[in-house]
Amino acid sequence: MENSTTIQAANEPAEAGRSLWGDAWIRLRHNRAAMGGCAILAIIVLLCFIIPFFPFLPDPAAQSLPNKNAGPSMSHWMGTDHLGRDLFSRILHGGRISILVGLITTLVSLTIGVSVGAIAGYAGGRVDALLMRTVDVLYSLPFLVIVILFSALAKGYTNDFTEWVVSLTGINQDAIAPFTSLIPLFIAIGALSWLNISRIVRASVQDIASREFVEAARSLGLSHGRILFRHIVPNAIGPIVVYATLTIPSVMLFEATLSFLGMGVQPPYSSWGILIKDGADRMLSNSALLVFPSIFFILTLLSLNFLGDGLRDALDPKSAKS
Amino acid sequence: MSTLLDIQDLKIHFHTRDGVVKAVDGVSLKVEQGEIAGIVGESGSGKSVTAYSLLGLIPMPPGKIEGGRALFQGTDLLRLSEREINQFRGRKISMIFQDPMTSLNPYLRVSTQLTEPLAIHERLHGKPALHRAIEALEQVGIENAEKRIHSYPHEFSGGMRQRVMIAMALITKPDLLIADEPTTALDVTVQKQVLDVIRNLQKETGTAVIFITHDLAVVHEMCDSVNVLYAGRLIESAPTAELFHKPLHAYTRGLYKSNPGTHRKGEDLYSIPGLPPDLSRLPAGCSFRARNTLGDASLCLTDRQPELIEIQAGHFVQNCPGCLARHEAAVVS
Amino acid sequence: MLELKNIRKTFRKGKESVYAVNDVSLNIQAGEILGLVGESGCGKSTLSRIIMQLLLPDSGSVHLNGTNLSALPLSAIRHHRLDFQMVFQDPYASLNPRLTIFSTLGEALQQRHPQLKGDELRQRVGTLLEMVGLSSRLMQRYPHEFSGGQRQRIAIARALAPEPRIIIADEPVSALDVSIQSQILNLLRHLQKDLGLTMLFISHDLSVVRYLADRIVVMYRGKIVESGDAEEVFDHPKEAYTRQLLAAVPKLPSVVGPV
Repeated sequence: MENSTTIQAANEPAEAGRSLWGDAWIRLRHNRAAMGGCAILAIIVLLCFIIPFFPFLPDPAAQSLPNKNAGPSMSHWMGTDHLGRDLFSRILHGGRISILVGLITTLVSLTIGVSVGAIAGYAGGRVDALLMRTVDVLYSLPFLVIVILFSALAKGYTNDFTEWVVSLTGINQDAIAPFTSLIPLFIAIGALSWLNISRIVRASVQDIASREFVEAARSLGLSHGRILFRHIVPNAIGPIVVYATLTIPSVMLFEATLSFLGMGVQPPYSSWGILIKDGADRMLSNSALLVFPSIFFILTLLSLNFLGDGLRDALDPKSAKS
Repeated sequence: MSTLLDIQDLKIHFHTRDGVVKAVDGVSLKVEQGEIAGIVGESGSGKSVTAYSLLGLIPMPPGKIEGGRALFQGTDLLRLSEREINQFRGRKISMIFQDPMTSLNPYLRVSTQLTEPLAIHERLHGKPALHRAIEALEQVGIENAEKRIHSYPHEFSGGMRQRVMIAMALITKPDLLIADEPTTALDVTVQKQVLDVIRNLQKETGTAVIFITHDLAVVHEMCDSVNVLYAGRLIESAPTAELFHKPLHAYTRGLYKSNPGTHRKGEDLYSIPGLPPDLSRLPAGCSFRARNTLGDASLCLTDRQPELIEIQAGHFVQNCPGCLARHEAAVVS
Repeated sequence: MLELKNIRKTFRKGKESVYAVNDVSLNIQAGEILGLVGESGCGKSTLSRIIMQLLLPDSGSVHLNGTNLSALPLSAIRHHRLDFQMVFQDPYASLNPRLTIFSTLGEALQQRHPQLKGDELRQRVGTLLEMVGLSSRLMQRYPHEFSGGQRQRIAIARALAPEPRIIIADEPVSALDVSIQSQILNLLRHLQKDLGLTMLFISHDLSVVRYLADRIVVMYRGKIVESGDAEEVFDHPKEAYTRQLLAAVPKLPSVVGPV
């Protein structure tokens, strides 16, 4: 049933300028689930990136064997692990790494995936065939092996890079080493995890490119880049956003696998993925080691999903009255 | 002739975020045995919703049947359970749609799709069912039916596909066929062929047809009676000859007048100004008042809905003085 | 003004190639409406895309004011696309749902006048909207906030924005309701008169073409089977196909009393 939109032009004041993103923000603000997710994410990020600078938080690496596997107390809010390290502190420090890994690798994979998928879908023909066969080949390669190879190769360069950053900024090497040592990992995962998104984007772009407004844009003599990135890709934003919110948590967990194999974060540093893995191993002796990191991880994942759904709706002008 | 279908004061509302959309708001109409009854209206007039409700095809929620009856051979179709209505669907009442490509399953051979209703409703299988199916295809003018019945839908052209749909709808010899804009997507020459098929079969089998369209000319060529719907209400209803001889309501007249075929070249086309009203914010009085230029809008009812009256035997019209009035300029021309 | 010479275009369909357009020549005079009539699959859409320079013909040439466009390099053709603008059939598919009306029309204006910006651009968009009978206040809205008829007005405004030489209207009213159809037809006719537009009007609805077009070309299976003055073709069709087409049109009786 078609519901005709009546527009009473005469007695309405002229409206202020609107843009897709400005409108999306307004709509997002009215979405309670998305704003809730946003707030929880903000709290987690603040906790992870600010609290560790305060001295009251114990050193995440400080061991105290007499104190091992302690329950929550005033001095250790979430108890201690099997080496007597403060769990709360380890979660917050690990969160920094997990969040960075999730965001940066997802950004890398989105940038590559959206570009490749959009170009393949729009150009069609030989370009499409070439790009998509490349994707097929990459699919067939063992992902893990490639990442390990890649980060092993990059290790030497990373050390140079760390020294360069230290010499440039004078920051304590220990403070940034856990982050810079992750750079090859970011790039390796990001560069290989774009395959799915490129296929999804290609399919949507093909569908959108056949619509008449694209033909109208062509008949205005617009350049291909402008047609692709102004007229086509914004209309494919729904699946991209949803996929991105799914990629962040899966990358966070993948980092744990790599760390376990010695490629990612190295002890005494930690991440949520590592904490959850360790916690699962010691679930029977001290369940707190699994429960507390998992709560942080699950809250992040849920909030991301709510935010992702909200963003997808907000970016669709049709989804809400304005 | 006796009455096959008697719809009385049908009200179907949709409860949406933006309020209650009164898609059908008190429509009464009759379909006589063996006649072709036309329902004319624009999108949002309620013509499709009315027809869909007869087969229980209104999504509920958000839709809700707020009142009225639809008596089909004495049974109120609106009160039937899902299981009971299945006894009518495809057996006593069939339907064909605007787009035959979306209503045929592209992965199944036409033979499978044609024999399916026979298996369900008549428990007819195998050879005899296939024979009936071939017969049905021949009836709608598909040549070489014996061979073509084993094709897939995409191997037929648009017009041929619509014929297959018609064959499928009529194979169980229903008493009522609902045709929802069956030729809107077709070319004129193909439209003519499909209309001829429907009319000939209707004559042969005596099946009554509800023919839904927005095209007055098609109504004139096809239908025995016409019901004009506007904003969920019945505006005017009469036998076809009577309606085209003497259209009374300003909307009916407007529809007729806005047809380019009735204008000389270079002359401004008459057009009904504005848009149909928002169905969730219908005015209290006559819903056509704001667009009424062929009558006298100042006389239109503003406090209550105009009632349907039988102004002449068989000719019903909404009794709104403004819409029945004739604008002086119009009278002169 | 626009001249097509011996245009041919084939499409491959499985192993065989099928003529979509087979040796079509026609011309459109400045300021006239040429009606192109034919049924689906007759090649009229292919032909319109060839005129729009969105498709290249296999052979034959398109001339605009004496310039042979088919001989130009691809980069020059893109610039010439502005001279041809199109109004599409489905106003729900022809506007980008993620752009406001201002963005859509502004972009079209800037293609012809890249220097237009700020208030001046807003003013020009407003003028365009008012030209097609919409309030300039509505320019910050999105397409979904408009009805089908209003969207078609916006699509017409977009086609007018780059001041094209020729407008190709491809079934511009067949997706619209009857009462809205006549509004759009009136608008097209008035715009054509006031702005002296040249228009190729493609339709399968013969009563609409008869009403609007000065001359008519009837296409059948990729070829032009009949052409001539609109009234002449309708009243005295020469070809069997044209007669068949005319006979198939459902007719309205003339109402006896005053309407």
